[in-house]
Amino acid sequence: MYAPCTPTLVSLSSTTSSVTDLLNKTRFAQAQPAQAGAQFAPVLPVDIRAEGLAKSFGGHQIFSDVSFGMSRGEAVAIVGSNGTGKSTLLRCLMGLIPADAGHVTMLGTDIGAASPSDMRKLRSQIGLVSQKHNLVPRLSVLSNVVHGLLGQNPGVRHWTQSFAPAASREAAMAALQKVGLVHLAQRRADRLSGGQSQRVAIARALVGKPKVLFADEPTASLDPAAGDDVMALFFSLAREEGVTVVFISHDMSHALSYGDRVLGLAGGRLQMDARASSLTEHELRDLYD
Amino acid sequence: MTETFFPNRMERPSAVAFLGYAFAIVIILWSFAGAGFSVEKVISSPPRFADFIDRAFPPNLEPKVLARLGWKMVETLQIALAGAVIGVIVSIPIALLAARGLIAAPWVNQTVRTALGFIRAVPDIAWALVFVVAVGLGPFAGMLAIAVDTVGFCGRFFADDMEAVEKGPAESLTATGARGLDVVACATIPAASPAFISTSLFALEKAVRSSTILGLVGAGGIGIELKVGFDLFDYPTAMSVILMIAVVVIGIEHMSGWARTKIIGEQR
Repeated sequence: MYAPCTPTLVSLSSTTSSVTDLLNKTRFAQAQPAQAGAQFAPVLPVDIRAEGLAKSFGGHQIFSDVSFGMSRGEAVAIVGSNGTGKSTLLRCLMGLIPADAGHVTMLGTDIGAASPSDMRKLRSQIGLVSQKHNLVPRLSVLSNVVHGLLGQNPGVRHWTQSFAPAASREAAMAALQKVGLVHLAQRRADRLSGGQSQRVAIARALVGKPKVLFADEPTASLDPAAGDDVMALFFSLAREEGVTVVFISHDMSHALSYGDRVLGLAGGRLQMDARASSLTEHELRDLYD
Repeated sequence: MTETFFPNRMERPSAVAFLGYAFAIVIILWSFAGAGFSVEKVISSPPRFADFIDRAFPPNLEPKVLARLGWKMVETLQIALAGAVIGVIVSIPIALLAARGLIAAPWVNQTVRTALGFIRAVPDIAWALVFVVAVGLGPFAGMLAIAVDTVGFCGRFFADDMEAVEKGPAESLTATGARGLDVVACATIPAASPAFISTSLFALEKAVRSSTILGLVGAGGIGIELKVGFDLFDYPTAMSVILMIAVVVIGIEHMSGWARTKIIGEQR
């Protein structure tokens, strides 16, 4: 079992002249057994464990030897420059694309060894919010949120809100209530603003009461104010539900204020695994140099 | 003053490209020869064409004839509409099997695409001949021919439309554990529906054009009137048929274009 929030973290107060130095200092001891940090924090169940993940496309190595663990209820920000494989890593964690090497265990299921049926069962316990919200444009907001229940309730009745069972419609409306969009339930998804669309995507991700939430740059297509609103809403709901959150962000302040931990990808490696509270925006920016 | 570099107005073709152009020209000239292209005949045809026009005009506008032709045109449209609707409905599950990366294995995609290619390769008039043999003379044979022809057309384009939709919504549903069929029904098909509607309207236009000539082989519709008109040298009646077909086909194309704009134009 891991205790990822109890790292063997070297103090950052020493020299920060060299980025590599800094990154090495903030790097967690990967896959530390729970007892290593047991004196600092209660041991929580590990929801996600990645070991030695590697991925390449067309002979180009995206990343390799990526290992980390995430405890129940933890919020982890993944940062790094464009092309460092953040989204690819997220997709590998969800099993949407296979890793070339390594293992991912999520909620006790080994993704590499799981049958398609087991994968569907596992995924019914996770939610995804994407950069472009990914709503189905011609369908109503309510139908889009009802779709978030398809993993748990497959079949024709959840293809549209018109056929959905009363319980599912109520759950979807409750999710819309949480994101403040009940009044737009019947509106077509392509008639929404960017911020509204992302709120609907959050409602869709949360309607099935997932244990793990993934968010791939959820504010990238929004203006700063809308982005801040969406992040605040997203995390208030996620915290309320006690959900483990993995999110990608290029916004340093979001990564530091909403993440308990920050994972930094650079040069095809996991170069940083540190508590958000131990980092500054300036230090995080060095990862992009 | 600094020298400015100007690119050449025309790029010199490579030797391979030059050979390619030359080969294409030879093939085109060879096709003209094979098609019996004759400048002499082109020059001598206007008087004959004028003679036909002279004998065909004025078209036969007798109420009794127009009523008969009108009912045949209605039957033609019925054949086209019924065949196109059946063809579009049947095309959807077939397109699901033909579309790569959706619900079927690659070998199934390839097999279905090959079958659709075969259907398209056979002309609609040939399908009509086959169905006249299978179900007898009359509009039902024509409707079946239109339906099969529509499947060949829509099956392929629906599959292409579904392959081309943005994958994001499908990925979001897959990530929450939805089954492949649910993902297709909830994300892929709704996203492809504007393209489906556009393709279906083109299929209807094509069906109307096709159905006007299926009567030539006894598969119902107004085509039989055209054949009889020419066989009996009743050119005024034949001209009435031709004009009626032109009016109806152009009308359907306009309606289809209007419907396409109204339905698809609403999407941002």
